[in-house]
Amino acid sequence: MAEVRTETMTVNMGPQHPSTHGVLRLVLELDGETVVSVSPTIGFLHTGIEKTAEQKKWQQVIPLVERMDYLGAQSNSLAYCLSVEKLLGMEVPQRVKDIRVLIAELQRISSHLVWFGTHGMEIGAITVMLYAFREREILMNLNEMMAGFRFFPSYIRVGGLRDDLPRGFKEAVTAFIDRLPGKLDEYETMLTKNPIWLDRTRGVGTITLADCYQYGLFGPIARAAGGDYDVRRAFPYSGYETYKFDVIGASNGDVYDRYITRVAEMRESVKIIRQALDRIEPVGEWQVADRKVAPPPKDEVYTEMEALIQHFLIYSQGFNVPAGEAYVPVEGPRGEHGCYVVSDGTNRPWRVHMRSPGLMASQALHKFIVGGMIADVVAVIGSLDVVMGDVDR
Amino acid sequence: MIDVQPIIDQLTALVPGAELSPCPSADADATPALWVSAAHIVPVCLALRDTPGLEFVAFSNVTAADFHPKRAPRFDVVYHIVSPHRRTRLRLKVQLGLDEPIASVTSVWAGAGWCEREVYDLFGIVFEGHADLRRLMMTEDWVGHPLRKDYPVQVRKDAQTYMPLQITAEEFRANMERDRYSRTRPK
Repeated sequence: MAEVRTETMTVNMGPQHPSTHGVLRLVLELDGETVVSVSPTIGFLHTGIEKTAEQKKWQQVIPLVERMDYLGAQSNSLAYCLSVEKLLGMEVPQRVKDIRVLIAELQRISSHLVWFGTHGMEIGAITVMLYAFREREILMNLNEMMAGFRFFPSYIRVGGLRDDLPRGFKEAVTAFIDRLPGKLDEYETMLTKNPIWLDRTRGVGTITLADCYQYGLFGPIARAAGGDYDVRRAFPYSGYETYKFDVIGASNGDVYDRYITRVAEMRESVKIIRQALDRIEPVGEWQVADRKVAPPPKDEVYTEMEALIQHFLIYSQGFNVPAGEAYVPVEGPRGEHGCYVVSDGTNRPWRVHMRSPGLMASQALHKFIVGGMIADVVAVIGSLDVVMGDVDR
Repeated sequence: MIDVQPIIDQLTALVPGAELSPCPSADADATPALWVSAAHIVPVCLALRDTPGLEFVAFSNVTAADFHPKRAPRFDVVYHIVSPHRRTRLRLKVQLGLDEPIASVTSVWAGAGWCEREVYDLFGIVFEGHADLRRLMMTEDWVGHPLRKDYPVQVRKDAQTYMPLQITAEEFRANMERDRYSRTRPK
């Protein structure tokens, strides 16, 4: 049979398409139902956070960077704080490191639960969305308990934490991680062996490991393609080298393997959280002793002149950071989050740049979807887990 | 502390003429940094990617920093690269003056494409040999490069209309001002 050639058709998808996780616009060229080319347009959510950050004092940047990748908010602020602490040459107490690990892993579970729910929903499994958001609500409540803010806690600060963990936090986290593995089993019975799910995801949106590295894709995407690069292992921060956990990977690099990788990662996070909880003493340090960076406790502010002066200095002028530059990567929910910080020695950053894993993923979109079906575009975007706040900044 | 001198020696042998020097930084324990001369950035990157023992196959990031009133070649273009299996990182830095172009490294790491577009958009640095150098974050008709230090932080621009106005431009502006005033006036 002679091959039938037809004209290609151009279809605009987004920026308001529900499956584009915000505002990503794709101009797809289709031959029948096959994608011939794709041209993504981003920038609809560009808010100039990097420019704004240059006008703020060091500590004031934290709420800004948390609003970049809004689903993994605290991995942004962790990357930023580690970079600034590197410039300050500061070592935070061990208890702070353990609490940061605890928070980073809770954040990873929270982000993966949103991914899980929306990814399932986009392919047609609406049930899992309702289930995953139920568990995520508990994590939001934990954030609220910890910092009084559900989405952007700004709890990780340069020099430690904003405050000590509240009473009852350990019990609340323990209750959550006792509950989560059973719930994950429940989710997996809905999808992992579901024939419809397998048909929609296996062999779809495949990428090789070499392409991942060429395009700067790390994290679950590269690990699902056979990679073993995990920043927590390769360049440990906050004491990750002392925790026992497995770096989860798969080999096919398709949508299904990315699903398997992320779900297994949530189980690993539970393991890390258990270890961190065992290490965190009920009472102890939650910031560095350096009074130039960390504000003095309130009881001293109200009773001692020196502390009052220090309090005013920190809240009115901030602190100076030695001139230099630093880039510290962390393993965020989407891959390598890193913050490149340049200081000129004053109390405001000269340059703050966040390496965004989502930007890399949306750039490489054509590698995943060209040659596939248009219906798979939705599955692929879901599996890449792009957050447009992180892409556009 | 990782010593970059062996890397520099290796690169000097592979890329004749390249001027390389170590760049001290606060995070040199994990990410050593080196200065690279702008003319040799592509051969240096190719050598870093392909030489056995270096193997920086993974691309992490390209960004820039503007040191406008303080330094004469005002821009730093900063490349971060990773060797995932050898677990090493490296930062390359290139100094550039205003209106000086630099060669694109998209032929070495395809992922540099959008990062270079972003740097072009926000700093106005032109990457030669880039296949698709357009603005990325800002709209295509935007004037100026926002992350330059001489770009103002707040710009008040007149409202743009894409239809001819039915009132005079002054009346239109007065209406906008009145509206803005009534919305921002403290109660």
